Amino acid sequence: MSTLIESAPSPEMAKSAAQLVKDTYKGKVHPDWCPGCGDFSVLSALQTALFELGLQPHQVVVVSGIGCSSNLPGFLNTYGMHTLHGRSLAVGTGVKMGNHDLKVICVGGDGDGYGIGGNHFVHTMRRNIDITYIVMDNQIYGLTTGQTSPTSVKGMKTKSTPHGSVENAINPMPMAMIGGATYVARGFSGKQKHLVEILKGAILHRGFSLVDVFSPCVTYNKDNTYQWFNPRVKILEEQGYEPTDFHKALDKAYQWDNEIPIGLIWKRTDLPPLEDLEPVLQDGQGPLATRKLGITDEQAQAIIKELL
Amino acid sequence: MATVDFAVGIGGENGQGIASTGDILARIFARRGLNVNAYNAYQSIIRGGHTFLTIRASDGPVRSMGNKHDVLIPLNQDSLDRHLRLMKTGSRVVYDSDRLKPGEAAAGVQLCPMPMKQICGANKLAANTAALGAVLQMLGIESEALEAVIARQFKKKGDAVIAENVGIARGGYNYGAQNFESFPVRTPKLEQAKAIVTGNQTTAMGGVAAGVKFYAAYPMSPSTGVLMWMAANARQLGIMVRQVEDEIGVMNMIIGAAHTGCRAMCATSGGGFALMSEAIGMAGMIETPVVCVDVQRAGPATGVPTKTEQGDLWQLLGAGQGDYPRIIVAPASQLDLFHTIPELFNLADKYQCPGLVLADLLISEGTCSVDPADLDFHPKIERGELILPNGNGNGNGNAANPFGGYNDSTYLRYRNTDSGISPRAVPGVPGHIHIAATDEHDEDGTLISDEFTNPIKRRMMVEKRARKMETVLAQLAPPQLFGPDTAEVTLVGWGSTQGVIREAVEQLAAEEGVVANHLHIKWIVPFHAAEVTRQLSRSRRVIIVENNYSGQFARYLRSETGFSAHGHIRKYDGEPFRPHHIVTAVKEQLAGATALSVPSHEIMV
Repeated sequence: MSTLIESAPSPEMAKSAAQLVKDTYKGKVHPDWCPGCGDFSVLSALQTALFELGLQPHQVVVVSGIGCSSNLPGFLNTYGMHTLHGRSLAVGTGVKMGNHDLKVICVGGDGDGYGIGGNHFVHTMRRNIDITYIVMDNQIYGLTTGQTSPTSVKGMKTKSTPHGSVENAINPMPMAMIGGATYVARGFSGKQKHLVEILKGAILHRGFSLVDVFSPCVTYNKDNTYQWFNPRVKILEEQGYEPTDFHKALDKAYQWDNEIPIGLIWKRTDLPPLEDLEPVLQDGQGPLATRKLGITDEQAQAIIKELL
Repeated sequence: MATVDFAVGIGGENGQGIASTGDILARIFARRGLNVNAYNAYQSIIRGGHTFLTIRASDGPVRSMGNKHDVLIPLNQDSLDRHLRLMKTGSRVVYDSDRLKPGEAAAGVQLCPMPMKQICGANKLAANTAALGAVLQMLGIESEALEAVIARQFKKKGDAVIAENVGIARGGYNYGAQNFESFPVRTPKLEQAKAIVTGNQTTAMGGVAAGVKFYAAYPMSPSTGVLMWMAANARQLGIMVRQVEDEIGVMNMIIGAAHTGCRAMCATSGGGFALMSEAIGMAGMIETPVVCVDVQRAGPATGVPTKTEQGDLWQLLGAGQGDYPRIIVAPASQLDLFHTIPELFNLADKYQCPGLVLADLLISEGTCSVDPADLDFHPKIERGELILPNGNGNGNGNAANPFGGYNDSTYLRYRNTDSGISPRAVPGVPGHIHIAATDEHDEDGTLISDEFTNPIKRRMMVEKRARKMETVLAQLAPPQLFGPDTAEVTLVGWGSTQGVIREAVEQLAAEEGVVANHLHIKWIVPFHAAEVTRQLSRSRRVIIVENNYSGQFARYLRSETGFSAHGHIRKYDGEPFRPHHIVTAVKEQLAGATALSVPSHEIMV
């Protein structure tokens, strides 16, 4: 799994980790997902990843949209925002820019991220902002009781496509690669230990990381079940795969047949994240959020002079 | 009494340099200490079309584009043909006699033909400059004033370009001195120079004064000027500016930034605002303060992108689903925008709700002069019950516990207080972890909308948020009656029309012998219902003046006070009111001719 994590957690992280236990990240509320839902595994993997990285709960903000999986922030003991349908990345971008000292993790479902939030998805990737985006992809609309989603396979029968969907599905992996994400990975709820490693790598990665997780909906998606995925998923890290050749990675990203690769498909570390490119964040004054308001007399006089 | 009060009209195609010619003229007048108002009638086209810029200046108050033009500078035949008929006795028409042929002018209009090939040589674009030289000469303004502003305008283009244009300006000036009759009164020069601003600039500067650290926008006329000013100045001022993929993203992004504790702002026009609506409701629900400026343009849909209207009042009143507290204000002028933005940020911070501004093309793209002393960049900053990660911001003076005396076990982000206002800790503060949810939530942020739905808690939280609004009104300046205490007619306006209505009131008294007064409304939500009712119930006749078709404010006034106005003056042709439109309409309504006047605009652009 060496390719997932580019650097070991810092000594401070290790020190603060000593005071933390895994239960530190347990939220006040027990998840209200259906028994067997893949999202339980994602939540648990995220809690483990945060614990193993030694991140203090108050330094993490988890921003979600709307949908079953977007309820996740409430089940986790970190700062959270449960925003509007499709808007987690836009809100998360504001949070990161407002206080770039925070770890920002956006979460949601496939409909939330690739459907109604598609425009933000595309533009957040090209900005390469340091946000980790976890999509709990169940290929169905669950909270609205089972309609087709952008990742529903062509031909799938749902409540809104009773005769089978005639539209092609989005494949978020190549889309993210081409869109400018610098860490593109796929996980599976049924492989939780693997998912923890992917998430840790994503959270430590400086830049935009997408982790699309096959997170089966046991209630409304009878096609893409644990049983369906289990024999198909192949862990890339067990195959000596290196995620650094763009064109080979693109081939992997497109693969969807008897074998479906999971793991880190594409990563590059040569591009600076957005916050490193913003001049206003390079002046050593810390996050925008904690700066003194207002301007100096000299600055005010310079503005007025321009108007005369 | 003013010594001079004149207006210069410059007309031509987009791309003929009308805006920069107008800027030069406005700056010369302002530097002279005159009051200036400039309004540009233009179209949504980059090249071609027809643009007509009116610059009015006086040593007395100037609150609108006025009623007349004293000088016309047509840069093409179309403009000359369209506007010559507006010119009255004593006015001047300055034009390139090599290219343009004037039609029939009214008696007493002085035609001032200028052989531009001879004056400008090969530089065709400089005809504007030569014409300005001649006009300033006729107004009794020395040519050095023009030369100084030309040097400023062409600073980036180098000394050679400056020298060439200064030479042409002098040529025009001298040609005017030799061939045209000057105006009888020389334009005075006052001691205190004025600054020149647009409302979009004062909106941005108001944000700067308020301490905005994050500005996001999607370009949309007529609000783009705010983005451009912010982008040009952000780096020096420590402000982050983001151009976002759409207005949905804009509003969500500024809410994200504001949620971390920084002051965040955006500006748009009606179409962009429509896209932001759902997220504005989110700001209301998660109680995050943001400020959004709607620079109204003529709608619906794409409407008339370059024309003014007060047509978004009900859009702002109804923005987003459900009930939630919001503050809505309609500033009256460019300077008022500057002062209102920091005031609104203080209210939004204190009441933890969105603050919405109704501006419009008239004041936001319109230019005017301001006294530099009125641009105070250090207004009072009040942030309410804010708790920041570095311990700053909450203003509770508790140095021993900078986080306000709370910890993980006692902190409730949405505590149901008497005032409805709850202590607001932002992400990064230890010991205050919570979820900010757009679902209905309990005092600690826990969702109650899913399996835990609880009607008692739902009611409590609705009332908690609503209760915040109860104390806002007392902090807002109530509307003041302008003019005599008792009058034949009271004109009521809101937002950008303050200046033109005031001039109409003065003109009614001075020229028509009609005693009128004026009640102008700035704060829309919350509304000074009791005070407005008190004022209007003393009036013999109330006429509401507004720049829309359906009388949006008249309906709002009725809904908040039960008061129905006696008459209405409405304009929805895209162009702003001129004082005489209101004067004529008041006269016809006093004569009993109608209760609804719709003035026609005489300048065809």
